[in-house]
Amino acid sequence: MASVVFYFQVHQPFRLRRHTIFSSESDYFDDVQNEQICRKVVDKCYRPTNSLILDLIKRYDGRFRVSYSLTGTIIEQLQRWCPDVFESFQELAETGCVEFIAETYYHSLSFLYSRDEFARQTQMHCDLIEQLFGRRPKVFRNTELTYNNDVAAVVEDLGFQAILAEGADHVLGYRSPNFVYKPPNCESLRMLLKNYRLSDDIAFRFGNRSWKEWPMTAEKFAGWVDHINGNGYICNLFMDYETFGEHQWADTGIFDFLASLPEVILATGKNDFLTVSEAMDRYPVVGEIDVPHMISWADTERDLSAWVGNSMQANALHDLYALADGVLGSGDDELIADWRRLQTSDHFYYMCTKWFADGDVHKYFNPYESPYDAYINYMNILDSIRGRMGSLHLAR
Amino acid sequence: MKVFMLGWEFPPHISGGLGTACYGMTKGLDEIGVKVCFVLPTAVPIDTASHVQFRSPTNLPAVGKPDSGESGEFEHVSVRHVKAALQAYATPAGFEQAITKMVARQREMAIASRGGKAVTKERRMAPLPSGTFDGGAGAHYGGDLMGQVHRYARLAVELAESEEFDVVHAHDWMTYPAGVAVSAATDRPLVVHVHSTEFDRSGENINRQVYMIERNGMHNADKVVCVSYLTRNVAISRYDVPPQKIEVVYNAVDLPNNTELAMVPIRQNEKIVLFLGRVTMQKGPEYFLQAAKKVIQKYPNVRFVMAGSGDKITHCVKMAADLKIGGYVTFTGFLRGADVDRIFQMADLYVMPSVSEPFGIAPLEALSHNVPVIISKQSGVSEVLTHALKVDFWDVDEMANKILAVLRHPPLRKALRQQGHIELKKFSWTDSAKRLREIYDSVAVGGA
Repeated sequence: MASVVFYFQVHQPFRLRRHTIFSSESDYFDDVQNEQICRKVVDKCYRPTNSLILDLIKRYDGRFRVSYSLTGTIIEQLQRWCPDVFESFQELAETGCVEFIAETYYHSLSFLYSRDEFARQTQMHCDLIEQLFGRRPKVFRNTELTYNNDVAAVVEDLGFQAILAEGADHVLGYRSPNFVYKPPNCESLRMLLKNYRLSDDIAFRFGNRSWKEWPMTAEKFAGWVDHINGNGYICNLFMDYETFGEHQWADTGIFDFLASLPEVILATGKNDFLTVSEAMDRYPVVGEIDVPHMISWADTERDLSAWVGNSMQANALHDLYALADGVLGSGDDELIADWRRLQTSDHFYYMCTKWFADGDVHKYFNPYESPYDAYINYMNILDSIRGRMGSLHLAR
Repeated sequence: MKVFMLGWEFPPHISGGLGTACYGMTKGLDEIGVKVCFVLPTAVPIDTASHVQFRSPTNLPAVGKPDSGESGEFEHVSVRHVKAALQAYATPAGFEQAITKMVARQREMAIASRGGKAVTKERRMAPLPSGTFDGGAGAHYGGDLMGQVHRYARLAVELAESEEFDVVHAHDWMTYPAGVAVSAATDRPLVVHVHSTEFDRSGENINRQVYMIERNGMHNADKVVCVSYLTRNVAISRYDVPPQKIEVVYNAVDLPNNTELAMVPIRQNEKIVLFLGRVTMQKGPEYFLQAAKKVIQKYPNVRFVMAGSGDKITHCVKMAADLKIGGYVTFTGFLRGADVDRIFQMADLYVMPSVSEPFGIAPLEALSHNVPVIISKQSGVSEVLTHALKVDFWDVDEMANKILAVLRHPPLRKALRQQGHIELKKFSWTDSAKRLREIYDSVAVGGA
């Protein structure tokens, strides 16, 4: 039996407004642009894909199953601007065939800078998911699949039963991502590793006409999944939800591909679909995977360099988390919420100088002309946050 | 491939980017084995010019004869000087007659010597404007500049008679009449190189004579080379040059031999923000001072240095006083040679707020000295330089915002320096020279 485990990442950040050193407003977020982008992504991706997935769950009588992670920030945006789509996620939850997993509420890199903040944001997210979708998450994924042994240990302490990670070659060696593993320093936490080849066939290569497998039909893909039989149990297809309709436009046939996939996967009776928890419950742990260094699912390096790779990113993150005690101790809910929205990893991704000269994927919905502009704007906003902390202090 | 190149300035006798560009370009061409005969209008003292082969009027028996002592760093480049500034002509009309006759006679001979069939199109000589120069907005034009331009053209035609070459290449408007004349007289194709246009130098209040010379040069040319797409658009929209005739070749910069971080001299704990260039309307010095005013209000530990001279200098001194920032601004006057290196070494930031800048080599020079740069989006170099901060020249708030960010955040300076230094490697005169060779090949008779 080869079980297909789909997990879709659903996230949009609160992008920042232009804030110069001369600006005095404390309204940092560009709601006009954020609403515009949210609506665009909803129209092209979330709405049609949700409706298709609901349809497939019904058509295959619950045998088509998927998992999602929705960040706190996208949930806030959908509730505000596209409530119908938010409700369609709730509708998906009600089918019982969809699992929602946990992450940091603000899609942050807090694990690297403040374990306390990491734990708080994870709790916040679990509370939100339980409240909105009726079930407390049992599985955790860290922002951008950043992972190492320490993340696993902390996540186990927080009560999770499994964690997702990138099935990076340098971590797996000769082993296959198609089994359930465990971290070396955990009691019972299980690891599900992304099968990046098959995931990227859909997420990156699907519409690429110069790819030798183009056009990739559902039949062809189901054949590759079927090959796993005899050499594994699971096929972890982890990807951004925007794959459907946004990264791969509708005219590539991506929706037709998804629509025809359940039938061909289920046709032989040898394969099925599972959510992440079902996969970890059904299959045995076959070994330990030791990950001493941080990995992620980003770029070809599969490391943290897209977020903390240059001096500006390191400086901005350091200065942000240096404010933690002051902000949290202020008791000012608005200040705390602003500071937390500033933790979203996208802000640091925009400061990445890697490949900037070539122009590439880092440009996706990037509001800045250059990584330097991103840094300057961000640091001006941190100044403003510091100013607000200072005036609160004086007011006491 | 041999090129008859017409230029107006060459190091060390330069007033701006044109001479620097001509130097780098000929060096690049030399490296890829393209032979260049470089014609300059004025005499250069021999002792300052050991790097090139020289033809100076002072030791020439006749115009165009190579001088005996040839030596220099460029294997394939020779330089000829013609005494454009020194010779007197009676009237513009007399000059026009003389050059027209001369060109016609030489063209006949040139065509006859190559089998009697013309290989290039007929060139229409520009209607020569009267010798007195009306100045216009560009007050930087010297009194008898137009006369010099014409004398240079005539002497270049004379010189061309004794040279064999495949292509004529003329840099900026002062040499366009010479380029057109030499091309016609020798029946060789013409490439004109637009380093700047009259609109860059004078805004909308242009000098019509100069404009007509530029226009005539571009229309007579077989190819027009522009230093940026910005300039290419000007050539298309303001000079009606057919787009397919225009190629863009970016300028470059020579990296210092010692690419290690330069030793920064010990100095007071005061940050230095540098403006370096001609102090003219085109370079936007007033925006620099307005931004300075805003920066000083937030960050008083700073000094703004304006290095350069030009027709706006007294205006700028007065403006600094009116803004009450006189104590924070230093005017150094025109700097050259080692002084330029020194001021770059002292600077924490270089700002180029140009209103109109066809290319702009100075930011590349700043980066080569490890100085981060802010450049105006209205510059050709901003098309290709990515690791720089960019502003609209009129957006003084944003300019101040970015200056302050660089001064306040060392990690920003570090990132700009590191990435900028890496990016500089893509600006190579050898690469620009290769592009030029392709262009020469495309127009040369019987060429590729």
